[in-house]
This record gives sequence, structure tokens and C-alpha cells, in this order.
Amino acid sequence: MSWPELMPLLVLASSFVPGLIIFALPEDSHVLRSTLNIGGATVKLLLVAWMIWKAGAGVHYEFRTELLPGLDFVLRSDELALFFVGLSALLWLVTTIYAVGYLEDSPHRSRFFGFFSICVTATVGAALAGNLLTFLIFYELLTLSTYPLVVHRETDEARRAGRVYLAYTLSGGALATLGTLWLYYVTGTLDFATGGFVAPFVPAHTGTLAGIFAVLVAGIGVKAALVPLHGWLPRAMIAPAPVSALLHAVAVVKVGAFGLVRLVFDVYGVGVTSSQGLAQGLAVVAAITILYGSLRALAQSNLKRLLAYSTVSQLSFIALGAALGSPVAATGGIVHLVHQGLMKVTLFFAAGNLAVTLGIHEIRDLRGVGRRMPWTMAAFTLCAFGMIGVPPLAGFVTKWTIGVGALDGDMGWAVWILVASSVLNALYFLPILYSAWFATPLSVWPEERSFPRAETSLVLLLPTLFTAGAALIVGLFASAPYSPLEWTQLIVGKYFRP
Amino acid sequence: MNATLTGPTLAVLLIVAPLVLAIAAFLAPRFAGRFGFVNAALMPAAAAGLLAAVAESPLSYALGDWGAPLGIRLYADSLSGILLLATAVILACVTVHARGYFARSAIRSSFWPLVLFLHAALNGIFLSADVFNLYVALELLSLAAVALVALGNEAAAVAAAFRYLLASLVASLSYLLGVSLLYHGYGTLDLALLAEPGRHGAFPWAALALMTAGLAIKGALFPVHFWLPRAHAEAPAPVSALLSALVVKAPLYVLLRLWIGPFADVPQAVGELLGLLGCAAILWGSVQALRQERLKLLVAYSTVAQIGYLFLFFPLARATAVLDAVALFVLAHALAKAAMFLAAGNILACLGHDRIKELDRVAGRLPVSLAAFGVAGACLMGMPPSGNFVAKWLLVAAAFESGEWGWSLVVIAGSLLSAGYVFRVVGHAFTPEQAREGGAAISASMSVTPFLLALLALLLGLIAAPLVELVDSPLPGAATVVGR
Repeated sequence: MSWPELMPLLVLASSFVPGLIIFALPEDSHVLRSTLNIGGATVKLLLVAWMIWKAGAGVHYEFRTELLPGLDFVLRSDELALFFVGLSALLWLVTTIYAVGYLEDSPHRSRFFGFFSICVTATVGAALAGNLLTFLIFYELLTLSTYPLVVHRETDEARRAGRVYLAYTLSGGALATLGTLWLYYVTGTLDFATGGFVAPFVPAHTGTLAGIFAVLVAGIGVKAALVPLHGWLPRAMIAPAPVSALLHAVAVVKVGAFGLVRLVFDVYGVGVTSSQGLAQGLAVVAAITILYGSLRALAQSNLKRLLAYSTVSQLSFIALGAALGSPVAATGGIVHLVHQGLMKVTLFFAAGNLAVTLGIHEIRDLRGVGRRMPWTMAAFTLCAFGMIGVPPLAGFVTKWTIGVGALDGDMGWAVWILVASSVLNALYFLPILYSAWFATPLSVWPEERSFPRAETSLVLLLPTLFTAGAALIVGLFASAPYSPLEWTQLIVGKYFRP
Repeated sequence: MNATLTGPTLAVLLIVAPLVLAIAAFLAPRFAGRFGFVNAALMPAAAAGLLAAVAESPLSYALGDWGAPLGIRLYADSLSGILLLATAVILACVTVHARGYFARSAIRSSFWPLVLFLHAALNGIFLSADVFNLYVALELLSLAAVALVALGNEAAAVAAAFRYLLASLVASLSYLLGVSLLYHGYGTLDLALLAEPGRHGAFPWAALALMTAGLAIKGALFPVHFWLPRAHAEAPAPVSALLSALVVKAPLYVLLRLWIGPFADVPQAVGELLGLLGCAAILWGSVQALRQERLKLLVAYSTVAQIGYLFLFFPLARATAVLDAVALFVLAHALAKAAMFLAAGNILACLGHDRIKELDRVAGRLPVSLAAFGVAGACLMGMPPSGNFVAKWLLVAAAFESGEWGWSLVVIAGSLLSAGYVFRVVGHAFTPEQAREGGAAISASMSVTPFLLALLALLLGLIAAPLVELVDSPLPGAATVVGR
């Protein structure tokens, strides 16, 4: 086996192997476990950086082995894959550091970090998957490895959330499997190809292919939390904050959204989805999800639940952008993979900081918290503004690009969705920000812990500030070289080449 | 190595060695365990050797040079080779586990000879080339299995064994009657001769019905599975593992051989009927598994459900990859189910009960056993990259190919239901446990064997491509008779 073939496997192994070792570690070997965790995450980041560097020179790594006669297991580092892998490798490192700090002294850390590592392995595998079968394998692995994280708290509520999570995601996996098999039966191949591979079969199987598309969207859409398949996500917020960050920004929902992007661009192709009306259908579902998620977020009193509904809404910008059929909108959608990731991870980190430091879970307890924890709330505020779409933050770049693309693609109605979403986001975020900064603080916080060096533990605060800073930078310097936006334009250029 | 020379030797060895060791273990109970270990060490090597010998072309060997229709003919192709190897590997793992499980139990002196007889019978079935020898081997298999269930030694186990015995006797009679009808009609019992063109054209319906019914009872197809759950649940765990993993597969293998040989021209409707019963088994077994309050009964009902998948072979018999699917499914289920029963046995041995609601302490006491149960469960759900995933994939592909995609819905529904019952158990890993102490000690070898089996089931999918290629190498008569 040659070196370039090994590369994608090494990227997977850099989290999988530490994960397996961590399972076997005793609870109290704190240092060794953290070393393995952070070491693995660093190695992964370096490997990914190397692959990205080489991709700039046109080198793509591919690993391929026969799984079934005629069906391969393929890992390939194309630009879209690297875009997502880059995001998850970076955020995994940050989230791991945060989690090490967050779960200090809590029980079952070996179990937690073991599954945590496998969860990231599955995410990276899904990102690097070179065909639908490989994607499916990691999609299912992700389901199984996330369940223990969701139920980590072991309370009745957590276990209920776990059961709901499994019911949704396993059913989604079953649907995705059925759709994949059906597609394979019709087309005889599953390898992702720029521009899709189903076009030659459309004349003979128009209806069948539309049915398969619906089945696959339903199957993958469970993880992407498309309404009405989103029910598991708000319940799963019962998990510890680092898990929520992972679920909402890096791993589970991202794999769903990424899968939809792959489906539109590399399986069906933009031409087929647009001409058959499939993209329009997906765009409508995404639009409904955006509005519904925001409306539900308005009614929440628990901070993490509010953020969860906000995820439901924000995530569908990715699907919406991909489905509008114009290159500019697609750019906006794909770049939101990173933008939403950075912003949402910061929001959940901040919520976690509030919970650990002051015992705040409910929105009403946030009164005046800005004075007690200015740094955390500054990060929160920045990203909340980003979500609303205030220029020049990351969320604005996304919405602007999608809006321009919608007008390009004669889908003007989508602009109204963007406007409505911004208004709704402002309606649920601004009261929180106002109360946090300007209201008189409560006399006592629900459960205060004090930290000598800063407003909260530095292991928690620094990752929060780092991701907030990153969210600011990708927005401010969106048109600089090597920014996510530039990179996305490169990716999209490939798909829309005339 | 010269295949023609070593093949027959190994085939004879695979039947004779366990028999001799069984008799030795019976005569010298003090050393019975050692004979078991000799068998466990010898058989995987012999089976692997035979598989290598028959990978290119099937082996047919007349014992003592007496040819058919008079003599006894042994026959092995890659399908039987794979099953022999799987049997040997699973039996070796169970042997290691059983030594710990029966360490302080008086029944171990009767366990070893019976297990060795069981192994001889299984090997005999996989190597037989005529329907009467198959009958003899099936009979030996059933008797050994019934006696092993009775080793459970409590009243419930004896009652379950008795029920098993009755069902199995009725099944044997039915099968034997069918065999005699075949002999009456064609004057031969040899599978290959029966399958020759011209003979099978006017096969007797009665023979088909009687033999199929007999094998369906022994193979516990819904609705004649009634004997299975109790028998498999009340038997000692290593026995349960063997019964669920291997013993119920043997009659199915015989049916499969008949179906790709003498019964190849059976009208589609008969296959559809078997397939429908298989679907009913999948749904009924899974729902029952969801409702059980005891762990071993849950696992036993899961076997009822999983057997249903194997019967989907019959309606889809004309699709290309369906034999591969079933062969893989047999292997994958055997490995996963053996792992589950051994893990359940550890839990039972440690806690002294297997009530599912009270399993909270298991995660702290038996992490490896519970992990084995979880991994094996994930395989049963058809999670990639397990062998079950590939098998189900091929099965659904065959359903699409035949234009009968309805079967695929049952395959998928069954997978979701199995997720339900597996997580009923695995969920207990995530309950606040009361104590880490207490309960009987479980030796390392007892913990590791189920985990190893589960791991094999999980990784089986990765070698699916070469396995499928091996199964696809020419089958006896299948090419000429079925004309695929």
C-alpha cells in the first residue's frame, strides 16, 4: 500500500486508535487520557492541514478497497471533503480541550472520551467518503457512537432523549440504506462524481429516481434535522455542553447537511435536481424548516433548548443554498457549513460556561450576567449577532450570498425567507442580550462556583474566545485568500463549470 | 499440497475425530475436558485445510470406494467448507468459554462427550451427499442437542428438552417418510443423482412437502418454532450458544442443498410460502423479543426472528446473489448469536439472574461482556461493516433484482425491531449503578470469548468480497440443474 493511499486512513486512525485505547484506561488516569485526546486531535489537524496543502497543488489522496463484488469502500480527499474535514478537525481539537475542562471530576470519563473519539472518526469518515455506501457506513457509525454521549448524564430524561434519538436516527439510517440500495440497483454505481452520476438514467427512470431522491432526503434529513424529522434534536440538548457543541456544530447535524450537499451535487447533479423539480422541493422543505425552527425558538425558556431550535433553523440554510440551483447560492450554503459551525459551537460553549460557573440553565436567570462574565457574554453576543446576520459577521456573509444567488436563480421568494429568518432571530436573541447586559443582576446566582484566574475556568473560556474570534475573522475577511468563502467559490466553480 | 490426496483425508478426519474423541471423553470422564480442547485445536485447522482443498473444485469421495447408489459418498464444496470452518471456530470459542462456565459444575463430565457428538453430527451434515446420511446425521445432532438442553438440570430445562425431543422426533419422522418416498420414486438417495435432469421433472409432491416440513420444524421456522425459545433459554449458556448459532442452521443447510439440487424446479409459489413464513418469523420473533422479561429468552426469540431472514432465500432463489446472502447471513448470525448467548451466560452467572429490568449493575461488573453484547447486537441490527449488513444488503439487492421489493421492507423493519430489543439491554450500561461489587467472579477467558466472537461478526463484512467469490465458485449440479 502506498503512502498517498494510507493518508485518509491515517486521518481516521488519529482519532479511532486513541478512542480504543481510552476505553481501556482506568477512570483516574487523567493525564494519559487527556494526552491521548489532545495528541490525537493535534495529529489529525496536522494531517488534514497537509492534505489541504497538497490539494492546493492538485494532489488528492484516495483509499479504495473492495467491500462487495463491484462495490468499493472509498475514502477520497476532494475539495468539498477537505472543507468539511478541515472544519471538524479544527473544532474537534477545540471541543476536546473544552470537554476535558468541562467534565473534570465527572464519572465515566473513559467511556465518554472513547465514544467522543469514535464520533469524530465517523464524522471525518463521512466527510471523506468517496461513494454513497462509504458515507452510509459512517452515517450509521455516527448514530451508534453518539448515543452513549447523549445519555451520558444517565438521568431518566437523558435516557428518554437517547431513545428518541435512536428511534429517529436509526429509522433515518434504514431509509438511507434502502434509498442507496435502490439507487445502486437502478444505476449500478454509487461513486460520487462531479455533476452527479444519475443523469444518463433520468429518461428511463424519471419517477423512480425522484422517489429515490425523496427516500434519501428523508433518510439523511433526519440528521440534518429537516422539519418534520427534527424532533430528536431539541431533546438531545440534555447532553453535556461539549456534546451539544459536537452534535450541533461539528458532527451529527453537519453530517446530515453535508450528506444533502453531496446528494445534490455529486449524486444527482445540479442539472438533474433543477430540471426534475427535486431541488425546488428540497428548497421548500428547507425554507419551512428555517421558519419553523425560529418560531419554536421564540417560545423557549431554556437556553440550550432555544439554541437547539436555532440549530434546526440555521442548519437548513445549507440545504437551501444547495437547492437553489445557482452557483452563488450554493457558495452561500456550503460556506455556512463552517460559519454555522463556528458560531454555534461558540454559543454552546458560552451556555456551558454559564451552566458550570453560575448554574444558569433558564433564560430568566441570565439577567445582568454580562457584568459577572463579560468575556463569555461578549463571545455569545458576537455569535448571536452573527446568527441574526448583522454585517460584517459570518452569518451575514452567508445570508447575503444566498440572497444574491436566489435572485440569480429566479427564486426570489427565498430572499423573503432570509429576511423573515433574520427578524425572527433578532426577536429571540435580542431580548436575551438586552437582559444579560442591561438588566439588574439577581442577588444570588443559582449555583455559583468561583475561579481564581478569570470569570470561569480558563480551559473553558479560551476555546470559547477562540471560536468566537474565528467566527469574527471568517466574516470580516470573507474575501481574503484562503478564507472559507474563497475556498467554497473554488469548490462550487468545479460543479458549475459550463 | 495435493488436493485430491488431502481433501478426502481431512473430510474423513472431520467426522471421525470428534466421534472418537466423544467416545474417549465418555469412557474417561476425568480427561473429558482435555479431549474437548484437542478437538477445539484440531478442527479449525482441518476445516481450513479442507476449505483450501475444495476452493477450486468440489470434492466427492466414496468411502471404501463403494460408489453411489450403494456406498456412502462424502461431498464438500466451498459452501460446506466455509460452514465447517465457522463451526470449528465457534465451537473452539465455546469450548474455551465452557471450561470456565462449568468449572465447578458436576455436569461437565456429560457436557464434553455430548458436545463432541454434536460436532461430529454437524460435520457429518455439511459433508453428506445423500439424503439418508443426512437423516442419520440430523438424528444424531438432535439427540445430542436435546441431551445438552437437559443438562440445564432444573425442571424447566428438562421440560424444555422434552418438548424439543418431541418436536424433533416428529420432524425426523416426517423427513424420513419423505426420503423413503424419494427412494421409492427414483431408486437413489444421492443428492447429485436425484438432481440429474429427467429425474427431478416429476418429483413427488409428497416427498417435498414431508421433507420440507420436517426440516422446517427442526429449523424452527415460524409457526413451528414453539420448541425453540424455552429450549435455548433454559440450556446452559455455552449450549444455548451452540444451539442458536449452529444447530438450527443445519436443517436449513439441508433444505438449501435440496433446493439447489433435486427441488430446483419447485414452483415459485412454494418458495413464496416459505418466504412469507420467514417474514412472519422476523416480525413475530422480534416483537416477542421486545416483550421478554428475561435476557436469555430475549436472545432466543431473536434467533426465531433471524431464522426468518434465512427463509427469504426460497422466494428469491432465482436471483443471482441470494445464495451468497444466505451463506453470509448464516455465518454472521452464528458468530453474533454465539457472542450474545455467551455474554448473557456471563451476566446470568455473575448476577445469579437474567431479569432485564434489574441489569443495572452489569456495566460496572462486566464491561467486556456487555460490550460484546452491544457489538453483537449492532451486528444483528445490520450495522455496517458487519457480515449481517452485507448479507442484508445482498438480500435486498436480490429482492430488487427479482422485482419483489416487498421483501426488502420486511428486512429493514426487522433490523429496526432488533435495534429496539438490543437497546433494551444495552441501555442498562447507562443507568446510575448501585454497586460495583458483589456477584460471582467471571474469569477473563469467559469475558474475552464472547467479545472475540462479536468482533469476528463485526469484521466479517470486510472480507465479504472474497467470501462471496468463494461461495460463487461452482456448486454441485447447481450450474447444470438450476441453469442460472
